[in-house]
Amino acid sequence: MTTAETTFRRRLLARKSSGIGFAILCLAATLLAIAALSVLLIDVTSQGIGRVSWDFVNSFPSRKPEEAGIKAALWGTIWMMGLTAAFAVPLGLGAAIYLEEYAGRNWITRIVEVNIANLAGVPSIVYGLLGLALFVRALELQRSVLAGALTMALLVLPIIIIAAQEALRAVPSSIREAAYALGATRSQVVFRQVVPGALPGMLTGIILALSRAIGETAPLIMIGALLFVPFTPAGPLDRFTVLPIQIFNWASRPQKEFQENAAAGIIVLLAVLLTMNAVAIGLRNRFQSAHRG
Amino acid sequence: MSVRGDQAAGPASRIRPRRPLEARVRRAREAVIHTLLFLCAFASILTTFGIIATLLEETVAFFREVSIWEYFTDTKWTPLFSPAHFGILPLLAGTLLVAAFAALFAIPVGLITAIFLSEYAPSWLRSAVKPVLEVLAGIPTVVLGFFALTFVSPEIVRPLFGTSQIFSALSASIAVGIMIIPLISSLSEDAMNAVPRSLREGAYALGATRFEVARRVVVPAALSGIMASFVLAISRAVGETMIVALAAGGQPNLTWNPLQAVQTMTAYIVQVSLGDTPQGSLEFRTIFAVGMTLFVLTLAMNVISQYLLQKFREVYE
Repeated sequence: MTTAETTFRRRLLARKSSGIGFAILCLAATLLAIAALSVLLIDVTSQGIGRVSWDFVNSFPSRKPEEAGIKAALWGTIWMMGLTAAFAVPLGLGAAIYLEEYAGRNWITRIVEVNIANLAGVPSIVYGLLGLALFVRALELQRSVLAGALTMALLVLPIIIIAAQEALRAVPSSIREAAYALGATRSQVVFRQVVPGALPGMLTGIILALSRAIGETAPLIMIGALLFVPFTPAGPLDRFTVLPIQIFNWASRPQKEFQENAAAGIIVLLAVLLTMNAVAIGLRNRFQSAHRG
Repeated sequence: MSVRGDQAAGPASRIRPRRPLEARVRRAREAVIHTLLFLCAFASILTTFGIIATLLEETVAFFREVSIWEYFTDTKWTPLFSPAHFGILPLLAGTLLVAAFAALFAIPVGLITAIFLSEYAPSWLRSAVKPVLEVLAGIPTVVLGFFALTFVSPEIVRPLFGTSQIFSALSASIAVGIMIIPLISSLSEDAMNAVPRSLREGAYALGATRFEVARRVVVPAALSGIMASFVLAISRAVGETMIVALAAGGQPNLTWNPLQAVQTMTAYIVQVSLGDTPQGSLEFRTIFAVGMTLFVLTLAMNVISQYLLQKFREVYE
């Protein structure tokens, strides 16, 4: 064997083994992310599953950890979601429809789109400061469900807009052209042809945005969602608390019993979120296959 | 004469105005819909104005009482005690410390996961791993904070480094890192998927191994997209609130030691709003000044990230 050949063989071996080494590293990194999720779920379940019961879901918070429950928080979350969706969904879909179907490609549109991308990156706590100054104080909504929902609606608005824009973009332009050719007006084209076609994609985006809102804690702490609320809200101007804030409250106490309550609250929260995510993923898969077929 | 003229014009006037009227109604309806939709889009601009105006108003009021020089150079942050110090440096250092260690851990893991998903994994494995990452991305941060407090701190950080502290920047960092891994991996993977197949095939044809294709061809070609994902993830880590509020400790320490308790800008804002600081007081205004600092910092990073992404798109799309 010549020296060139041995050098080649040695290098080839080194190249191949570094390739194998990297493949192992790849697998390890991916497994690490999966392991983190599994450990988290196991940790939470093992601490909290003993506390999850009908009584836990149906009791008000209490100073005695064994009697405390999440009734107020759960109803607060339901109120919050309903109102947030009522504000954010029409506004978000309207904005997306405007940007995709109506707006010309000019500097105003560009500014609006850059602005939405930037809003999506603003830390949630800054939205809390906005809500505190604007809704709680300037509009005098006090620390109500309504003030919280308006804050949350602004927070999820960019997410809904971006998802809805993608859904609209996925509708083939041949559908629009066919409708125009039959003499339909722009609004007829948009609302009778394009929007129905984009609806599953829009719904996916809405569900994902709302599941983000359900888990969001910081802005609601800012607007002062009470930590101890032994009642369910009866109207949009009542004070309230939500599940993540109840969890935060319990988790920040040193007693083990309250930590268990926090874990039990997390189990309920994650169950709600995973259900929503599963629905969203299911919708998306159907949507994708519908467009391919 | 006039009667006959009217009669003559009658049938025509009954037919002809119909269409213009209908068309006018149609046109008016279109215009109303157009305007309504425009207002929806305009709401996002109003939101930005709202954020900037509210932050600016209180921040300006704050800087009438505290000098900007003191704010950026004083090394103590004790606005709630006397003597009050208003130096942002400890909070800024705490924020950057948590974000830096989170990035140190999450960037390699996220990038390698992205390379794996884009270059190595067969499609069945991809479609199994991606939903898991999406679920991880959807975990609320208060849950990750609880995880940092009840698992990362007692089971990983304390035994590994032999400390007795419950709260530390490092436990928060690890949880923040877990939070941003899915973000890095999915955005980097998107960037790598946009690299044309022909580049890979050219490299394979020259005898490159899979690792060489990934390291020398795909990653450099997707670099600006990958960098955009890093910057965005760090920006997310800087703005993260609940994990640090639960696990980082809440003491404004000017330190580079990740095993100490620190307070971040976000955690300080939470701390103040949990207390009963009277509105309109200087203490109350601090949260807006800190919020403004946070807003400017994250905005700068988001703009850089978008610029990098734009550059990337110009090349491949």
